[in-house]
Amino acid sequence: MINIATAVDVAALKDTTLLNMGVFALFVAVTMVIVFRASRNNKTAADYYAAGRSFTGSQNGTAIAGDYLSAASFLGITGAIAINGYDGFMYSIGFLVAWLVALLLVAELLRNTGKFTMADVLSFRLKQRPVRIAAAISTLAVCFFYLLAQMAGAGSLISLLLGISDWGGQALVIIVVGGLMIMYVLIGGMKGTTWVQIIKAVLLIAGAAVMTLWVLAIYGFNLSGLLGAAVETANNPAVLNPGLQYGKTETSKLDFMSLGLALVLGTAALPHVLMRFYTVPTAKEARKSVVWAIWLIGLFYLFTLVLGYGAAALVGPETIRTAPGGVNAAAPLLAFYLGGPLLLGFISAVAFATILAVVAGLTITAAASFAHDIYASVISKGKADADTEVKVARRTVVVIGVLAILGGILANGQNVAFLVALAFAVAASANLPTIIYSLFWRRFTTQGALWSMYGGLGAAIILIIFSPVVSGGATSMIKDANFALFPLSNPGIVSIPLAFFLGWLGTVLDKKREDSTKQAEMEVRSLTGVGAEKAVNH
Amino acid sequence: MGNDAHAPDAAASVDFEQVQSTGQFQELRKRHRSFVFPMAVAFLLWYFAYVLLADYAVGFMSTKVWGNINIGLILGLLQFVSTFAITGWYVHYSNKRLDPIASEIRDEIEGHEFDKQGNRLGGVNK
Repeated sequence: MINIATAVDVAALKDTTLLNMGVFALFVAVTMVIVFRASRNNKTAADYYAAGRSFTGSQNGTAIAGDYLSAASFLGITGAIAINGYDGFMYSIGFLVAWLVALLLVAELLRNTGKFTMADVLSFRLKQRPVRIAAAISTLAVCFFYLLAQMAGAGSLISLLLGISDWGGQALVIIVVGGLMIMYVLIGGMKGTTWVQIIKAVLLIAGAAVMTLWVLAIYGFNLSGLLGAAVETANNPAVLNPGLQYGKTETSKLDFMSLGLALVLGTAALPHVLMRFYTVPTAKEARKSVVWAIWLIGLFYLFTLVLGYGAAALVGPETIRTAPGGVNAAAPLLAFYLGGPLLLGFISAVAFATILAVVAGLTITAAASFAHDIYASVISKGKADADTEVKVARRTVVVIGVLAILGGILANGQNVAFLVALAFAVAASANLPTIIYSLFWRRFTTQGALWSMYGGLGAAIILIIFSPVVSGGATSMIKDANFALFPLSNPGIVSIPLAFFLGWLGTVLDKKREDSTKQAEMEVRSLTGVGAEKAVNH
Repeated sequence: MGNDAHAPDAAASVDFEQVQSTGQFQELRKRHRSFVFPMAVAFLLWYFAYVLLADYAVGFMSTKVWGNINIGLILGLLQFVSTFAITGWYVHYSNKRLDPIASEIRDEIEGHEFDKQGNRLGGVNK
């Protein structure tokens, strides 16, 4: 077989920088116009946080896909399959199957009982203040780690896509991305953010579909032929088998179980995903949006299988590994091989749009949680009017935006996968047990919720600090020190069961009983939708 | 407008404990749980069985079935199929078995059948 790998001249990528910037500028211009138009109707808190609950199920489903398919999904998974073969594919499966937890156990019940944030549901029948504060703290923690990962990802992407390799130049681009994100969220609120996510999801899935068909066409639509070519270019038949990345030692195998657990249980507890369910008018539309999201996300992950092995076959793992941007470069390099500078420009712009849209979604979630849960309910004790609350939310957006820019500049070059996995593990440990218990376990009490949330959050973060991702290894954040007392890089296998256990223990040891009227109200509301927040008509 | 998650609204004077104890609501609850719980257990077991196989039964997963397609890839793709199938099944079940009874109960509550004070409920009714 001819050595196709040499066909991709990495140095030639720099010539396309202007084109990449042009396509990206066009995306920003178009979405800005849409955000301005969408913002005209932003009057009330329900408009700002929940887009007036006026989106349809299919629109919201597309936006969920746009929110969920982050740069980590597109660039990360394609790269992981290109280099680690089958083990990369298993990320796709975990990320998809996780949606069944959201569909069956969480989405509709949450839409029926809450208003703007996750804390609305968790504090529904428990003591308001302590539970709300705990839920807001874990929301802010998850959003912050997810934000850091996206901003750090933006930095490393730029080195490849825009040919900016010096630290100052990358910092400048992170500031530009952060600044744009602040503008979108400040002006457009949830409505503007949702439209940015819808446009991005359509572009991303369409781009991936074109590349997938292209790759398949090269191999005569024969998947087995494509896999054979990947084996040949990589010169390693093991790329088709599990275990290339995680099968090395018993510890790494256990680590993979831990990751699998965090992925499948984390999704339904991600605050920015949960908040999207409030943008639709009814629980039935919430269900429809999850169904749409599952189809779109599933389709996209099937594409990543072809794209990953396609990049392995056509570009080659060695070329990808040594390219600027490393593993993350697989998808852009494949685009360049297939369609030259134009397709690369398009895919690069989509990758930027992806980061922008996800960051905007995270920012509005964090801002809503601070303004609605901490400011309005705790600091001003429910006396603040909706206008003041939205004003506080907008100010919070600016603060979070600046923090994300600073964090992104500092975390630039750090291990992005570590931060994303941390966000999933923290979400699954801190939020999921309390969500499930408060929806389905009548006896559940405030003490159980607090033990579970703080215990899960604390355990996840402490285990990560003492894990090999932070210290003691070649790829650690701190290479010179070694305080890695915990052998696994993902804490999920310990912290998630612990949080479930603490929720149970805190409840059975609690001498106080919760208000049974509230429990009845929550259960009736969650299943029937009585008194659920309605759409805002303008 | 209040900032409380459950600010006094039209459903405030409903006796939810009474609604909860009706046979109709118990039936809705039973139908919901008897579907989502077994299904959640089933797909989580199937997912973890798959992860365990990929983790500890590499030889089995690497068995070639047709060309370069091995058992691991087929089981992985079956995870996609089962996810899509469960999604479709749940939607069908909800439409047929849950939605009609849920909207019946909602209509009864909003039509004041469970009103504690016998007040006319405003707001929710159209």
